[in-house]
Amino acid sequence: MGLSHLAIVRALHDVELVGVVDSTDYLLDVLNKYTGAATFSSLEKMLDGAHPEAIIIATPTGSHAALVRAALERDVHVFCEKPLTLTASESAELTALAVERGLVAQVGYHNRFIATFQEVKRLLDEAAIGRVTHVLAEAYGPVVLKAKGSTWRSKRTSGGGCLYDYAAHPLDLVHWYLGAPERVRGSVLNSIFSADTDDEVYSTLDYADGLSVQLSVNWSDESYRKMSTSVSITGTQGRIVADRQEVRVYLRDGADIPDGYSGGWNIKYTTELTDQVSFYLRGEEYSAQLESFVAAVLAGESVARQNSFASAAQTDKVIEWILQDAAAETEVGTVTALPAQSQRRNLFGRRKSA
Amino acid sequence: MSTATTTTQMDLLLLGDNQFFGINHMSEEKARTQAIRFQDTRAIIDVIDIAFDNGIRTLMCTTHDRISQVCDHMRADPERYADYRFYPCMPYAHKYANAITDNGMLGAVRQFLPEEGLLNAALRGGRSFMKKDIEGIITLLVDAEMKMFQGLKTPVIFLQNVVVDLMLGLGFDEAFAIFDRHVRERYGAEPGFITMNLPMLLDALDRVGVVNPIVCANINEIGFRMSGGIAAYEQALSERPFRPVAMSVFASGAIAPQPALQWIHDHANVESIVFGASSRTSITSTTGIVRELWERDIYTRP
Repeated sequence: MGLSHLAIVRALHDVELVGVVDSTDYLLDVLNKYTGAATFSSLEKMLDGAHPEAIIIATPTGSHAALVRAALERDVHVFCEKPLTLTASESAELTALAVERGLVAQVGYHNRFIATFQEVKRLLDEAAIGRVTHVLAEAYGPVVLKAKGSTWRSKRTSGGGCLYDYAAHPLDLVHWYLGAPERVRGSVLNSIFSADTDDEVYSTLDYADGLSVQLSVNWSDESYRKMSTSVSITGTQGRIVADRQEVRVYLRDGADIPDGYSGGWNIKYTTELTDQVSFYLRGEEYSAQLESFVAAVLAGESVARQNSFASAAQTDKVIEWILQDAAAETEVGTVTALPAQSQRRNLFGRRKSA
Repeated sequence: MSTATTTTQMDLLLLGDNQFFGINHMSEEKARTQAIRFQDTRAIIDVIDIAFDNGIRTLMCTTHDRISQVCDHMRADPERYADYRFYPCMPYAHKYANAITDNGMLGAVRQFLPEEGLLNAALRGGRSFMKKDIEGIITLLVDAEMKMFQGLKTPVIFLQNVVVDLMLGLGFDEAFAIFDRHVRERYGAEPGFITMNLPMLLDALDRVGVVNPIVCANINEIGFRMSGGIAAYEQALSERPFRPVAMSVFASGAIAPQPALQWIHDHANVESIVFGASSRTSITSTTGIVRELWERDIYTRP
């Protein structure tokens, strides 16, 4: 994803690229040779040599904490890929640091920038389906389809696995819609092909008043052409089913019908809901989240407009609960998340000074 | 640097292939239904034949493995498909992503070598890779993708939007010139570029001297995936020298065929329209509407 971030941010107005950091010299040389990007072999050299106002961190999750901290301590605004870190406590510390420094600190939960999921949020805020009683949050896709060699994604210790990489997305949507759960139970982390991490994740999240969320995620499923995230939300006055392309809403007789909707089934498509972005690469949401980040920095704001560290830290906390719950269920002892070492694919941008 | 002038005439209507491979930009459910229906390549060929009988002589297609079976079918009946044309769109990104994950970068390059001499190509690929010579790698990959079309007519060869727009964002303009040169020199074909960022791409092609390029972009009344805005697109269409191919004219089904095509006819001076269809009804209806609006044949005779 690092290259995509770089492509999107370079195409944005009001952004000037001052440096790219990666641990792979080969990639840096090609980038420098063909696109003229200034390149650096370490984060510290880039921060001290290029003096960016903002950076984008798209590295293995295990390396996030140290990189984010180094940037925040130099008063640099940070956009970091999800999940924020591998432990709830580190995420909380970084959240506090960003707040203390008054920096825009955002995490790449791009689903919140997808128009259909935004429409769901709007409907829930209006209580269009009454009181929510149950949510099924799912994500499926074809990432690991056979047992094979190792990259950082195949090791849980560096932030790999279906829980960190895939399940984080529906979990974050659930947080956005319902807030934090009270507890998790019945968690299953199972391997289908991977030797060192999980390929499927199931869990139940409990809220007050009997509201429950069923999480069902599998990244070893090639019957899906690409990642497919969806939510099915049941309420006292109706039901919402949404994925990145369409929202289906059933409104029961007597429901308080929102503008543009009617009783019974309603279907809205991304084609009518989505606003254009200034540059498109693989999905409007990837540009929209970076546009939002850049706009907040340009406007001199001190907190992210969406996906703040505080919000991402909540998701990290539930991820940790699921790890602990699954470990307790299977009685394999404690699960320790180790801080990882490798630093790859960091991309840094700065806004134009004039 | 500048490129040769354009000579190839394109048909007014081209058949696309998204619908065959479970791609629908509006509905995942529709995409799944289509993926199930077209599991058997025979079902794909049937639709291509219905389009053929309705006067459509060009398939604008990805380099998906299943397209190679369509190519076999065409080669087996050279008389019927004598003037049939393929517009390959490359690379088929999923194929490379999987190969790189499984075999590493060099292994992937090796896996997709053309038949022209394994050792030669391996050396070309290996040496290019070590020298960071992107031209060698790009041309090698193009040749690999073109393998399945041997013996068939491929007058226009497109670079897919995922790659075009990635290079565009990165500022890797030279990649477009490399593709342009190679496609002309090696295949005697016209290069085409697919993009979701039309105005920005035209600027980049200008910078590297690609003159009067064939560019395929979303063009529709509701501005769906027309980055830079519909006004900038309309301005580009009326003022800039390029050969537009409109895709997503129905905005994945959000606009009905008649008003969608009427709008294209009235607002966008395009040379070609690529459309996806999976039924006889929609193919007959689309070809009928286009013939009526443009008042001419939908394919150009060789």
